[in-house]
Amino acid sequence: MSENGSTANLVEVEHLTKRFAVRQGVFARGKAQVHAVEDISFVVRRGETLGIVGESGCGKSTTARLVLRLLDLTSGTIRFDGHDISKLPQRRLRPLRREMQMIFQDPYASLNPRKTVGQIIGAPFAIHGVKGARTRVQELLETVGLSPEHYNRYPHEFSGGQRQRIGVARALALSPKLIVCDEPVSALDVSIQAQVLNLLRGLQSEFSLTYVFITHDLSVLRQIADRIVVMYLGRIVEIGDSEQIYSAPKHPYTAALLSAVPRAGTDPRERIVLTGDVPSPIAPPPACVFHPRCPRFHKGHCDVEAPQLRELAPHQEAACHYPLERWPMSDAEIRQAEGANRADRPHLEGAAHEA
Amino acid sequence: MEGGGEVTFYIVRRLLWTVVVVACVLAITFAVFYLLPAGDPALRFAGKNPTDAEIALIHHRLGLDRPWYIQFLKFVKNFFLGDKYGWPGLGYTYASGSSVKALIVARAPRTLLLIAGAAVLWLVTGVAIGVISAVKRRSLTDRLAMGFALFGISTPVFWLGLMALYIFWRQLGWTAGTGYVSPADNFGAFLSHMILPWIVLALLYAAFYARMTRNNLLETLGEDYIRTARAKGLSERSVIFKHGLRASLTPIVTMFGLDMALLVGGAVITESVFNLQGLGYLAINDALQQDLPVVLGVVLLASVAVALANLIVDILYAFIDPRVRYA
Amino acid sequence: MSAADERKLLDVRGLTVRFPTPDGVVQAVSDVSFSLSRGETLGVVGESGSGKSVSNLAIMGLLNRSRTTITGEVEFKERNLLTLSNDELRKVRGKEIAMVFQDPFACLHPMYRVGAQIAEAFSAHSDAGKKVAWTRAVELLDRVGIPNARSRARDYPHQFSGGMRQRAMIAMALVHNPAILICDEPTTALDVTVQAQILELIEDVKREFDIGVILVTHDLGVVAETANSVMVMYAGRIMEYGPARDVFAQPQHPYAWGLLDSMPTIDRRLSALVPIEGAPPSLLAPPSGCPFHPRCPYRFEPCPTERPPLVAPAPEAHLDACHLPWDKKVELGAERAKKVAA
Repeated sequence: MSENGSTANLVEVEHLTKRFAVRQGVFARGKAQVHAVEDISFVVRRGETLGIVGESGCGKSTTARLVLRLLDLTSGTIRFDGHDISKLPQRRLRPLRREMQMIFQDPYASLNPRKTVGQIIGAPFAIHGVKGARTRVQELLETVGLSPEHYNRYPHEFSGGQRQRIGVARALALSPKLIVCDEPVSALDVSIQAQVLNLLRGLQSEFSLTYVFITHDLSVLRQIADRIVVMYLGRIVEIGDSEQIYSAPKHPYTAALLSAVPRAGTDPRERIVLTGDVPSPIAPPPACVFHPRCPRFHKGHCDVEAPQLRELAPHQEAACHYPLERWPMSDAEIRQAEGANRADRPHLEGAAHEA
Repeated sequence: MEGGGEVTFYIVRRLLWTVVVVACVLAITFAVFYLLPAGDPALRFAGKNPTDAEIALIHHRLGLDRPWYIQFLKFVKNFFLGDKYGWPGLGYTYASGSSVKALIVARAPRTLLLIAGAAVLWLVTGVAIGVISAVKRRSLTDRLAMGFALFGISTPVFWLGLMALYIFWRQLGWTAGTGYVSPADNFGAFLSHMILPWIVLALLYAAFYARMTRNNLLETLGEDYIRTARAKGLSERSVIFKHGLRASLTPIVTMFGLDMALLVGGAVITESVFNLQGLGYLAINDALQQDLPVVLGVVLLASVAVALANLIVDILYAFIDPRVRYA
Repeated sequence: MSAADERKLLDVRGLTVRFPTPDGVVQAVSDVSFSLSRGETLGVVGESGSGKSVSNLAIMGLLNRSRTTITGEVEFKERNLLTLSNDELRKVRGKEIAMVFQDPFACLHPMYRVGAQIAEAFSAHSDAGKKVAWTRAVELLDRVGIPNARSRARDYPHQFSGGMRQRAMIAMALVHNPAILICDEPTTALDVTVQAQILELIEDVKREFDIGVILVTHDLGVVAETANSVMVMYAGRIMEYGPARDVFAQPQHPYAWGLLDSMPTIDRRLSALVPIEGAPPSLLAPPSGCPFHPRCPYRFEPCPTERPPLVAPAPEAHLDACHLPWDKKVELGAERAKKVAA
């Protein structure tokens, strides 16, 4: 994946790694390492929506915060709009922060209950010393579908969906180039999710925004993402064009994810069931991190040699020694890869014992 | 028990830290004594119009002619190696020349018995009132209980002690008056003398604990696992005690350990109102008389008590709450 | 009694729940009626404030009776549960009707071992000793798919992963072979690959023990794949109720249409999602007439004033609570189906 011309990419991430030290119990002597993000590389093109999807512990939220430099890197490089921000001190990052904003998951926790809506949306102006806040805030309120009269109200007077709109208005305040959306609709009722998604889509074209959209919900992602990154235990297992991945996933994990999503209005189908639960990021499995649960696991290869991301189709890369040949495949079919060791569908097996 | 080796290592580490902390406390006490402009201790013992020679002699006898850090080191040496009064060597009082160690050993049981009795009383009543309050939230019982708590927290201990003496001893003759009788000598008299100090000391703490228990329990009863317990069909008693109280007791237990430890040198007012001649009273009295060795002895005991209580409480916490033990 | 009646476990009629609050009376559930038979999974679908959880808490007797007004009939094994005393209800709870909740992390006591908590559920309704209870706990943990059940039973809840905790909750619910299992959003807090496992487990258990399952969720996809019958709730009332296949193949109520249309679908990218305008109503002062009318694109004259009864508008139809005439529903439904297929 070589993109020439850095101006086409708003964000470039190379070999990004982030590890946290944690204590394991009050009597423990040393500290253990959580491998939150391990050697990931991707780009975000201007004007696109890059979706990052995965289950708990995959590192997607950590990645979002690293891109915004809300966390320090353990190693690797991040470039935003041509500037290397990997090791920039917070003071030097400040002016760049006008260009990159975030929308959070919990509409109840992300707004200060003691400030009025006007103060919340106006805060970025105050922080960066930009004048003309009041008019601009009222414009923003209209843009997100609220009334300018709401300027003096407090967050608790609004519903979840409306609060999320306030969060969006706040993110838009200084006309950023990049908005990172961390599960922005997960906490909302289904009928409201559509409202907020439509809003985000509309704003993107109107204001030439670039989105990085973090979620665990593949249905939501299909409606908004242009390209997708699938993460598992801190690593990228598949990356590529959204439609491509949905119609023909190459990595068995992606396939299992797609297969697990419950659907309304389809005929009964056989889901691909994975063995056990997600292992702890403190002790990730060796070689391919997915091998303990993989229906296509080949002993002696998958647990010995770590697969690298390689291009398996135009605009689609996956890190797998035995990628899927076609799609759809049932659980039985996916286990038929020649030489695979897990031919039997796991029946209600519990977790592989955690570290 | 799993991880036994780890726990032992942890305890050893903490004990070493305890020694460091206690040493610092003692050093600071020493320094404070010599930096305070309270006058020369030697003058107290020198009689009227002492000559300089006499003062110098007393200085030398009491070891005050050396700089404070030398004296401190001497103290430390005596402490570890013992002096003529045995081990640990705590020296002798300025006032009477008698052994500090003997003095403390004589006084300590009074304070410890005072604390023990009061502690049992405040823990049982405080928690019981707190539980009843929480379960019968907003009822008359609850309001009365919290009113009692407010009273207990606000009432000055000395007033309470004097009122108690006046009513129960003077007027009603139900209990004995001030003073202390050892339980070895006369158990009945011991109880009669201690009952009022126990109640007076316990009242303040019982009030705190009642409030704390109530608040913690109310918060716990709102948790999801309480709903699960009810959904299982457990009796309400089981839900409140086995599930609710168990989860809300941990902060109470930790506070309990510390509260007791702090009283070792700190139950001054109760001890003086009831003339119990305990450690707290001793320390204050002799501090005012600048009798450094005695003060050092009590400070040593008190700080060791607090540090040990901290350690015990931390370990207890890990045993009570498994989330802390295995992260 | 006919064969169908013999299989019937639960018959709820006119269930209504009201809470007084400082701001007024919250009408959490109004006039809810449904039934449940052995081998049936009833999916109860609704958004926040729909009353789906409160109805089930009322059935289990987990609502504070001194502060809640509950009326109606809940017939179970020839008794009306709503008339039972607290003590009698306690004997039913956990033994004959059991409940599994949403967030397994918060639902297990953090300071007791998992096995002990399951054994406790057993001892609550049995005089058998501790050993028997523990053995049963281990047996059930094994049944729900926890490997090394004997040693894992001695673990604490925080040492279990999310999926395993939910399995443990299910094990705890099954100790006394209840006739009914109520699952309140059992998979919402779990990862999607684990969700599939848990739903399969519930289905498996249902078949093996021939029990009835009430599955409360906001996820229509989950209901479509696992439920035999579906009840759609809104503002404390039932909007639509019928066999799952019929409700999804031919939904009759505008709210159901709105829900299905506004759900982001994984099957393909739509040029725009069609949300339901407005927001769910306050239960302090629900709209008069049909509670959905302020947000309904098809409302007409009777909707704001007359409450539509829950009836089957035609012999071949299932129950819905909407004033629209049957042929209009069929027409709109067909238009919708065409758009969806396009």
